[in-house]
Amino acid sequence: MNNIFVYCEVTEEGTIADVSLELLSKGKKLAGDLDVKLEAVVIGYNVANLEAQLFPFGVDFIHYADDERLFPYTTLPHASILLNVFSKERPEIAIFGATSIGRDLAPRIASALRCGLTADCTSLEIGDHFENKTQTEYKNLLYQIRPAFGGNIIATIINPETRPQMATVREGVMKKEEFSGSHKGKLKKIDAKAILKDDDFAITIIERHMEKSKIDIKNAQVIISGGYGVGSRENFNLLFDLADVLGAQVGASRAAVDAGFVEHERQIGQTGVTVRPKLYIACGISGAVQHRAGMDQSAQIISINTDIHAPLNHIADFAIIGNVADVIPKMIKYYKKNSK
Amino acid sequence: MQLSDLCVSVVSIIFKLMSFRIIVLAKQVPDTRNVGKDAMKADGTVNRAALPAIFNPEDLHALEQALRIKDKMPDAEVILLTMGPFRAAEIIRESLYRGADRGYLITDRKFAGSDTLATSYALSLAIKKLAPFHMVISGRQAIDGDTAQVGPQTAEKLSIPQITYAEEIISVDEKTVTVRRRLERGVEVVKCALPVAITVHSSAPICRQRISKLLMKYKHARTVTELQNETKDYTDLYINRPYLMIDEWTADDLSAKPEMLGLSGSPTKVKKIENVVFQHKDSRVITGDDKEIDALMLELIKSHVIG
Repeated sequence: MNNIFVYCEVTEEGTIADVSLELLSKGKKLAGDLDVKLEAVVIGYNVANLEAQLFPFGVDFIHYADDERLFPYTTLPHASILLNVFSKERPEIAIFGATSIGRDLAPRIASALRCGLTADCTSLEIGDHFENKTQTEYKNLLYQIRPAFGGNIIATIINPETRPQMATVREGVMKKEEFSGSHKGKLKKIDAKAILKDDDFAITIIERHMEKSKIDIKNAQVIISGGYGVGSRENFNLLFDLADVLGAQVGASRAAVDAGFVEHERQIGQTGVTVRPKLYIACGISGAVQHRAGMDQSAQIISINTDIHAPLNHIADFAIIGNVADVIPKMIKYYKKNSK
Repeated sequence: MQLSDLCVSVVSIIFKLMSFRIIVLAKQVPDTRNVGKDAMKADGTVNRAALPAIFNPEDLHALEQALRIKDKMPDAEVILLTMGPFRAAEIIRESLYRGADRGYLITDRKFAGSDTLATSYALSLAIKKLAPFHMVISGRQAIDGDTAQVGPQTAEKLSIPQITYAEEIISVDEKTVTVRRRLERGVEVVKCALPVAITVHSSAPICRQRISKLLMKYKHARTVTELQNETKDYTDLYINRPYLMIDEWTADDLSAKPEMLGLSGSPTKVKKIENVVFQHKDSRVITGDDKEIDALMLELIKSHVIG
């Protein structure tokens, strides 16, 4: 069986993106299960310290294409190079972050290779499959598990016949874990100039305004999250006050973001960020499936809601039946009192 | 001048003389906001008939972008293309009511059970039948599959560049398009030569409402299959007003290879479906009064959940 490949994204700062490191961590575990190697593909320009960044995650081979025209990302140059690598190396499994890059690139590759791709997987496992129609046994397939139908259903998808088995995974779903500080692999340079053609540069980037991530919700240990029930932009200030006092980050449900209460970067849920804090305080959030998908792995959950039947209350450790505007000031007051 | 240069010049002249053709890919989707177990069949595919059907929201954003180009270039042609069961003709009508010029439904039992690869294969054959075209615009993703794969996969099969996560088409001329993309950390403005495939994000402007004049004009627009299923006989109407006939193409009309369609043309297979089950935790329900909040904060601090 051939190896597991992870396409690694390069950030504005020239480092390997967190989502890619998370996927390398998972990839290493899958490689262990299948007894194969873990390989990374990096396509960019002047990416420094690649070995130091990637070997600790257990990468056995880094394929690196370096060219000024490869950053920022555009589809065709990256697709041409990746297809070239995949045609030579014939991966068993190929994983991408489910980002604006991964969701742009992976389907293009899957179409060219005529192989199966599953988007936004929330879990990847190895397992067997018996196909009744053809009476064929498939061993050690990648189970690509993801929600579907608005999150009401969890589907397990497999690609029995085609290779590579491809999947995209959102940031925050897999845990970033170093494999070993002393692990060493090999770096192979890809001859980008030989592969790239004029046609690959059909798209030119005229302008780019990327903001430095001021808000890091993903890694926050305590998150105070507001939903439509918070009621207004002004009321969200209460959440920010509590967050200040607890050293927490402020998140939001999609409804609150759509209503303009807070910025989109704070959105938690299926189409936002997935978080796993020690404590998640949900304020005025009803708890739709899509929101729960982004926070139900929190260690402790407190829900503040005037509606005792709000679905979020059912997964909360504490359900406070009350008004956010009353409860939060009290939480601030009693926190200060008890932490003296 | 070399022969190849002459050919390129001739093609680009023809391109310019052709009306600006925009193909909008859209999908009629089950309303996934309320799915019960009756809607799923044994082979893991959906029983779409059991759910109310709607025009996929992001495809409506895509239609709006196409219609805005037509607002500025009145000679442009906006063609709606959709693949689905015969009911999907409904979204073609919805597009006509908003200003689209024509619609095509590709429909065939052989398409049933298609994953994104098989779907993009069929769509690309239909688009090739509508060549030459300047743009293919679709929504980023559909609310049933949520994959965002069909747009890029169709672009790959047509060997044209793709621009995903488009928020707005800023400007167009016969040769190029300039698009603003909405990415996770900001915006990017890109320029691309035509033809190109664009997928539109939900942050794009919402689609215009139906226009009464067009609603009156197109309310009887039907496909042949729909007419066969209806009891009223308006044959005269369709002879006198050919624009009311919505074209239907089958797999044979597309010269599609059967092994690349439906379940057999789909490398991804559904192994298992599970309903999301609500897990009740042993929650402690408390009121918002002072004593209880005081006790709660103390407990959280003592157990080091908060510092």
